[in-house]
Amino acid sequence: MSALLNISNVWVEYGDHIVLEQLSLAIEAGSFVSIVGPSGAGKTSLLRLVLGQERPTRGTITLDGKPMPGECGPDRGVVFQRYSVFPHLTALGNVMLARDFAGAPLLARLFGRRRAAARTEALAMLAAVGLADAANLYPAQMSGGMQQRLAIAQALMMRPRILLLDEPFGALDPGIRADMHGLIRQLWQEQQLTIIMVTHDIREAFTLGTRVITLDKRRHDPHAPHRYGATATYDLKLKPKPAIAHAAAVAVRTGTETT
Amino acid sequence: MSRKIDRRKAFQLGALPLLTLAILYLIVAAVRHAENPADRIIPLPGAMAAALWGLATQPDPLTGSLLFWADTAASLQRLGLGIGIAMAMALLVGLIIGALPPARATLGPLVVGIAVIPPVALLPILFIVLGLGETAKVALIVIGVAPVMIRDLAGHVSALPAEQIIKAQTLGASSWQVILRVALPQAMPRLLQATRLALGPAFVFLISAEAIASDVGLGYRIFLVRRYLSMDVIIPYVAWIALLAIAMDMALVAADRRLFPWAHGPRS
Repeated sequence: MSALLNISNVWVEYGDHIVLEQLSLAIEAGSFVSIVGPSGAGKTSLLRLVLGQERPTRGTITLDGKPMPGECGPDRGVVFQRYSVFPHLTALGNVMLARDFAGAPLLARLFGRRRAAARTEALAMLAAVGLADAANLYPAQMSGGMQQRLAIAQALMMRPRILLLDEPFGALDPGIRADMHGLIRQLWQEQQLTIIMVTHDIREAFTLGTRVITLDKRRHDPHAPHRYGATATYDLKLKPKPAIAHAAAVAVRTGTETT
Repeated sequence: MSRKIDRRKAFQLGALPLLTLAILYLIVAAVRHAENPADRIIPLPGAMAAALWGLATQPDPLTGSLLFWADTAASLQRLGLGIGIAMAMALLVGLIIGALPPARATLGPLVVGIAVIPPVALLPILFIVLGLGETAKVALIVIGVAPVMIRDLAGHVSALPAEQIIKAQTLGASSWQVILRVALPQAMPRLLQATRLALGPAFVFLISAEAIASDVGLGYRIFLVRRYLSMDVIIPYVAWIALLAIAMDMALVAADRRLFPWAHGPRS
């Protein structure tokens, strides 16, 4: 199998509490996987596994054929619903941070020509997510949608192998949410990202995803609700629909930029 | 509850109790002086001004220095050193305890242990170990305020959202880089807030140390002239201490707003 991410027979247990059981998934590079399911069905646990924030109790996860390192690393980017950007840095500072970390192990801050290069790169990334005019704003001065755009730009600076989105648009207004759908879809196509998105919104899961996975419990014991864990109950591969979606995305984007 | 009071109105309302208190004092002083012109307990403003003027402009025959300014300089130096050292300690230890769980397990109980000791109870030990000089006085201020500031800062740092730390790690940050670029900058405004709250206790420890063993300083002077019932010196000195404390507090607020605009909401 040449899948980018291989999850085979994974269990996550906390003592007696089984969260995930017997979960096997293979995720190809370039796919946009939506994960849906009821609350408590292990969506976030799965995300934490892929993020490296947690290790499976049983089973293996491989990334590019190699076992997944047990720590959060630069090959996996993440955007949370909240707290994904740093409040004490401007938009530009937030996006440049990845270069600061990589280029200056001791001071975590670049200077001179390397700083100028990182700045140019960061400004281009900000422009790509529609924040060209907001480079010097602090997150507290931005709307929720702008903050999520910034979080995406910040994560994309690492060119992550996998981009993980944890209900990234859950706290946004419907109109803003549609803009963000257009943006993420466009970035996904332009930069050939592999995206795993956890969401509560089934419509969002189907409009954005090329593949929709539902997590749920196969068996349920009312006397011991934690006895059985969740696993992938549906795994739907959707037909590609890039042309229409791309046109819509462009329309949405130009719409936001002219306003 | 949610009525907005504009600046002018707030100023007027705030001045009201202060003015009332001042008028009340004047009435009491006038009544007492009508009965006994030589009253020393509630001096009239003129007497206080004269006493303060003397201390501020006439060199002391014994030491040749202007006592008021010498006292102020000595006290401010002790306070500044004490607060400065406490801030440095709070930042360093607070960050380490807040950010690194092993350090929290190791140093946490020690900090709590020192924090629960009443600092003035340590004063004799400090005088015995460090002598009666400046070091003991500065040390008392540090021991008095640093543990509280450390605990406050450590609590703030450890309460940073886990998402931020994970995000930094996915951006390639090492633990050191997370402390330097994520935890430290977000601890700075909190440090200034903690310092504001520590100013009051710091003055208490300063005056205590000066009252017990010193030969110059605001606290020393107050406790010295107490022997002669010189309320005409004590009251202006207390007012001066209050003014200094207010000025420091305002300076800290201004520094906070200027240096860390991101910490104060969407304005500016």
